Amino acid sequence: MKFLVQISLAVAVTFAAGAALSSELGDVDNGKVVFKKCKSCHAVGEGAKNKVGPQLNGIFGRAAGSLDDAKYSKSMTRAGDDGLIWTQEILDAFIENPKALVSKTRMSFRGIKDADDRADLLAFLRIYSDNPADIPEAEPTAIGTDHDLDPAILAIQGDPEYGEYLGSECITCHQTNGTNDGIPGITGWPTEDFVVAMHAYKQKLRPHPVMQMMAGRLSDEEIAALAAYFKDLE
Amino acid sequence: MKLNRRIFMGTGIAAAATLAAPMVHADGHAKPRVVVVGGGAGGATAARYIAKDSKGAIDVVLIEPSRMYYTCFFSNLYLGGIKTIDDLGHSYGTIAAEGVNVVHDWAVGVDRDAKTVALAGGGSVPYDKLILSPGIDFVEGAVAGWDLSSQNAMPHAYKGGSQTELLKAQLAAMPQGGTFAMVAPPNPYRCPPGPYERVSMVAHFLKANNPTAKIIVADPKPKFSKMALFQEGWADHYEGMIDWIGEDFGGGDVVVDPNAMTLSIDGEVTKVDVCNVIPAMKAGRIAELAGVTDGNWAPVNAADMSSKADADIYVLGDSSQQGDMPKSGFSANSQAKVCANAVRGALTGSKVFPAKFSNTCWSLIDTDNGVKVGATYEATDEKISKVDGFISATGESAELRKATYEESEGWYAGITADMFG
Ligand SMILES: Cc1cc2nc3c(=O)[nH]c(=O)nc-3n(C[C@H](O)[C@H](O)[C@H](O)COP(=O)(O)OP(=O)(O)OC[C@H]3O[C@@H](n4cnc5c(N)ncnc54)[C@H](O)[C@@H]3O)c2cc1C
Ligand code: HEC
Ligand code: HEC
Repeated sequence: MKFLVQISLAVAVTFAAGAALSSELGDVDNGKVVFKKCKSCHAVGEGAKNKVGPQLNGIFGRAAGSLDDAKYSKSMTRAGDDGLIWTQEILDAFIENPKALVSKTRMSFRGIKDADDRADLLAFLRIYSDNPADIPEAEPTAIGTDHDLDPAILAIQGDPEYGEYLGSECITCHQTNGTNDGIPGITGWPTEDFVVAMHAYKQKLRPHPVMQMMAGRLSDEEIAALAAYFKDLE
Repeated sequence: MKLNRRIFMGTGIAAAATLAAPMVHADGHAKPRVVVVGGGAGGATAARYIAKDSKGAIDVVLIEPSRMYYTCFFSNLYLGGIKTIDDLGHSYGTIAAEGVNVVHDWAVGVDRDAKTVALAGGGSVPYDKLILSPGIDFVEGAVAGWDLSSQNAMPHAYKGGSQTELLKAQLAAMPQGGTFAMVAPPNPYRCPPGPYERVSMVAHFLKANNPTAKIIVADPKPKFSKMALFQEGWADHYEGMIDWIGEDFGGGDVVVDPNAMTLSIDGEVTKVDVCNVIPAMKAGRIAELAGVTDGNWAPVNAADMSSKADADIYVLGDSSQQGDMPKSGFSANSQAKVCANAVRGALTGSKVFPAKFSNTCWSLIDTDNGVKVGATYEATDEKISKVDGFISATGESAELRKATYEESEGWYAGITADMFG
């Protein structure tokens, strides 16, 4: 009950403060337009039900993959078990490129590259989850640091021989035959998916202490080398 | 995992041929030879990587007495009834088929001037580079009243295979309401959380089969690896069953009597039904015989795991004194890859990449309740030095603990496939 009151209060505050909020947090009206890209799969607002994708009321601060009656991929459930929480920063990264955060997600959506459109969309979604006290500094609505990957990083050609040496450290856990038991397989991935996933661990956008630590000490060239090596393992 | 006789006959023949014609390849070209002593986490990995990556340019001989390697890792889960002994056994068949000459014998000496390794079965094997990964032996006189001849009455179960089976049999035969005692080792020793995971798994077994039984742990240390996590788990899952007596309460002042089956802690004598004595450890004896130890362990250079005493000898895993890495299977496997890369470079001129090391140790507290600790390391002039690390937190969700346990299953499958193919 208390929760609902807070939501409607947030709505009121947001709309009343319209213009001022728009400059800081994004333009809610444009966000509503951008949300059309999500609408075929997601509902938000009063009485929203799960569709192809889970309903998005209260998404800020919610754990990934945590709605009982929604259908999630194994990857999304695992991310939630590992502690992935939908904060402003994490949502922004997910909407930019869903696979960077959740490699094998069921959400088939290429992502929104325009940072302003994402900010507007999130300003719109916040209406359905904000607690006014959180606006805008604290989690889960704090604006995160910039996490965009420089296109030059994606363009690096990795050295597969170096990748094989570096990769010997990975295959203690990730088997070369690509099995998914307990630890996900990482062979045969498109280079870009691999690189964005590793950078998301490195930037600590993805949860998981082992992988944050392993990725944390790899340079951009080393990540590219690993991607080049694992791509060709069947 | 069944022993494959055909492959082993093949191994034997390959070994004999190697010994008969050392250093000279069939086509008349001399090939450099690497001899690896010990087919465990460090040795099996190193042998396999050098053979695989050099694509026949290096002759690799692996000397290991046992035909099956029984992992210590997950052996506690066998005690707990979660794994079978067959789950822990791995044969050298694939390694041999991949081109490593596996010689099932003991190395009994190293002649560093002649660069040969003497075998218990007679004869010797010349080497260009020698890799020692013989695991651990026990420090004599470390626990008053105990020596190796007591290991049937009071097993250590700190080397894989028969000792583990013996401890399991004794645990299963305990009378209702009996007492299981453990004498824990002082630092440094293999697998820092190992004794405490064992306590958890013994408690897991007893809770189901012998719920009034008690566990006493006499520990010479004031604290231990993942202590907060284990103590939380013991309180939540095995309330009142485990009595841990640390250094502050005389846990280091221990005398055992294997005939009377008694354990005295700080002068107080208790009659026990099972007594698992894990004495202080040192490098496997062959490292000492090779003259590469200083005190209990063999000091090595961090960049390539070469011995500080001899540039043509490398020491991996538990036997090595390398710096910050814990003695674990994961560490030994990680060190083996750095070493294999360096040895191959030294012998064939292949590219040598900078050393990178890592470790993660999982422990199981109860069914689907796993925790972990891990770190990454780099080579400095002085030692292997820690870069970054993490540890599970107390109070984690059941989902996360289950995911952590499932990861450890994934890791076990991964590392054993990496060692044995
Ligand atoms: C109860 C327990 C639980 C553990 N759990 C974990 C865990 O969860 N994760 C983890 O990473 N580690 C774990 N470990 C630690 C791990 O088992 C060791 O650190 C690892 O096996 C060390 O590898 P190594 O190559 O140094 O020695 P080992 O794996 O012990 O291999 C040594 C080999 O050398 C052979 N050998 C010895 N002397 C000679 C000789 N003279 N000639 C020829 N061969 C010889 C032996 O037969 C043996 O096969 C655990 C250990 C124990 C006891
Ligand atoms: C083609 C259908 C589709 C489109 C379009 C789509 N999604 Fe999704 N979305 C899904 C599915 C399916 C899931 C569940 C993913 C999984 O389990 O891996 C999901 C999951 C999510 C989640 C995680 C929810 C949770 O409970 O953890 C968020 C947040 C999300 N989507 C936001 C968006 C936004 C914002 C857009 C528009 C920019 C969008 N999605 C577009 C199908 C879609
Ligand atoms: C100690 C074990 C371990 C090591 C070593 C390890 N990983 Fe991982 N890795 C994991 C686990 C566990 C996960 C699942 C993490 C999660 O739930 O987010 C994972 C996830 C991944 C993923 C994402 C997979 C997915 O489907 O989302 C990639 C990519 C990856 N690892 C690459 C690597 C690379 C490259 C290395 C070597 C530099 C490496 N890992 C080393 C355990 C490990």
